[in-house]
Amino acid sequence: MSELRRVLEGLPGVDQVGLEGRAAALSTRSIKAASKAYAIDLAIRMVDLTTLEGADTPGKVRSLAAKAVRPDPSDPGCPSAAAVCVYPDMVKIAKDALGDAPVNVASVATAFPSGRSSLAIKLADTRDAVAAGADEIDMVIDRGAFLAGDLDRVHDEIVAVKDACARPDGTHAHLKVILETGELATYDNVRRASWLAMLAGGDFIKTSTGKIQPAATLPVTLLMLQAVRDFRDAHGRQVGVKPAGGIRTSKDAIKYLVVVNEVAGPDWLDPDWFRFGASSLLNDLLMQRQKLTTGHYSGPDHVTID
Amino acid sequence: MSRVDVRKTYKLYVGGAFPRSESGRTYEALDAKGAFLANASQASRKDGRDAVVAARKAFGGWSARTPYNRGQILYRVAEMLEGRREQFTSEVAATEGLTRTQAGRVVDAAVDRWVWYAGWADKLAQVVGNANPVSGPYFNLSSPEPTGVVAVAAPQDSSLLGLVSVIAPVVVTGNTAVVVTSFGRPLPAITLSEVLATSDLPGGVVNVLTGDVAEVGPWLATHRDVDALDLTGAGDAATDLERDAAEGLKRVRRPRSEDWTAQPGLDRMTTFTETKTVWHPIGV
Repeated sequence: MSELRRVLEGLPGVDQVGLEGRAAALSTRSIKAASKAYAIDLAIRMVDLTTLEGADTPGKVRSLAAKAVRPDPSDPGCPSAAAVCVYPDMVKIAKDALGDAPVNVASVATAFPSGRSSLAIKLADTRDAVAAGADEIDMVIDRGAFLAGDLDRVHDEIVAVKDACARPDGTHAHLKVILETGELATYDNVRRASWLAMLAGGDFIKTSTGKIQPAATLPVTLLMLQAVRDFRDAHGRQVGVKPAGGIRTSKDAIKYLVVVNEVAGPDWLDPDWFRFGASSLLNDLLMQRQKLTTGHYSGPDHVTID
Repeated sequence: MSRVDVRKTYKLYVGGAFPRSESGRTYEALDAKGAFLANASQASRKDGRDAVVAARKAFGGWSARTPYNRGQILYRVAEMLEGRREQFTSEVAATEGLTRTQAGRVVDAAVDRWVWYAGWADKLAQVVGNANPVSGPYFNLSSPEPTGVVAVAAPQDSSLLGLVSVIAPVVVTGNTAVVVTSFGRPLPAITLSEVLATSDLPGGVVNVLTGDVAEVGPWLATHRDVDALDLTGAGDAATDLERDAAEGLKRVRRPRSEDWTAQPGLDRMTTFTETKTVWHPIGV
């Protein structure tokens, strides 16, 4: 039995009822006034503004980049989003559109979203995106291999992709590892996959591609936050978490932030360590922000159509 | 052995469902002599917000239906109003302090009013639309289009006939409505919600909030996703609400003295439509 398998199978099982109960309990917290304003601005700074459609055009990517830099053009005090997230062939366009703005370009890679391709192609996909200027790479794990019990293969693939993230100047593109929790079937598997991704060197663990239902859920994110907390205690390295898909309202986003604070701790309440993969969430955050600043409810006519 | 009273606590009607008020509050609806009739939910600011979200969601589908189809659906509502004739009659008699005969006449008038408006669904464009004469080789066609989400302050006194007379003209042209009912006489509005919920009217087209218009009104009047305001039953709050509405450039219908038994005319329908004019070359 390999060392990796011994570690992963030695992880304690997940108490499903307790986990879901804790997630439900934490989501009843009421966040008001100044704390709400802080949470909304923090959530905006954590958004990876995402467009991953076959119909993506250069124009759409450029408009998304402009939105990431200045989400609310009517309010200069509104912070920028963390990154724009696109397919590898759109990285250059996004990079050019963003210029010097403090917004990263994240690119999905490794035969996203299914991950069903040879390692050579996955690595070429990754190198391509890094060469085009991607600051962050969102890779998918091989769920088929994981479910078949071939943990070493999954591990080695992440290590290889991490190597492919290297730039000629010795720096690395930030590697986010997508577990696609909706396909992992059990919470125990989510815990194992999280540890696997962290042991293999992932800088972030991400819930989902957004192409599979269910995508991010609060219990799954809570579980992954426990994993990064325990991993830092055991190995001294901090890993970020990114829930993606299905988070559409400010209320949901604030629930996630509460869970981050209560489970992983305030160290993770920063765009460097926690992100939201979303597209429609940003508009709802902006409408809530306008409600707080103006005192009246805003509407979809007062934010951009993406 | 005497039967134990079934004391009712009614809920709001938002997005096709019957939620309690987010605030958890209720108040007692009394009859004309001050005796207890039922508990009604007292809508809060957040119920108003939820109702606007539901109305906006329903607008696309409702306004895209053919006028003929809207007319059919509204006529079906009238059929169901007629089916609940007895219940409406008792409620109108109790809340407005009328005899059963008088209340029966009010219910008849309300059903007739609904049918009358239902008939206008596929006729209004012929009457208020136009082929405009222009001095060029163009067709120039104007037609009425729904304004959008309309917040309605229903009349405080006429709890059924007045209510029907403000809701039907708003939705018949394709708008969706958020209605704040009479505070003191909410029962017929609650029963109307039950009629609408079991008719073919899509959820969210009419949202009914029982409660105080002075409390919920300002949030609707300043809400940027509300396109128009009918202040018929707003009373003393009307001036302030109109001022609030100006900020977001809403269409507003001011309160005026109303005779609910008179022929309504087209005014309430045309207030909440916008005229779309299209130029089209001749001979292409």
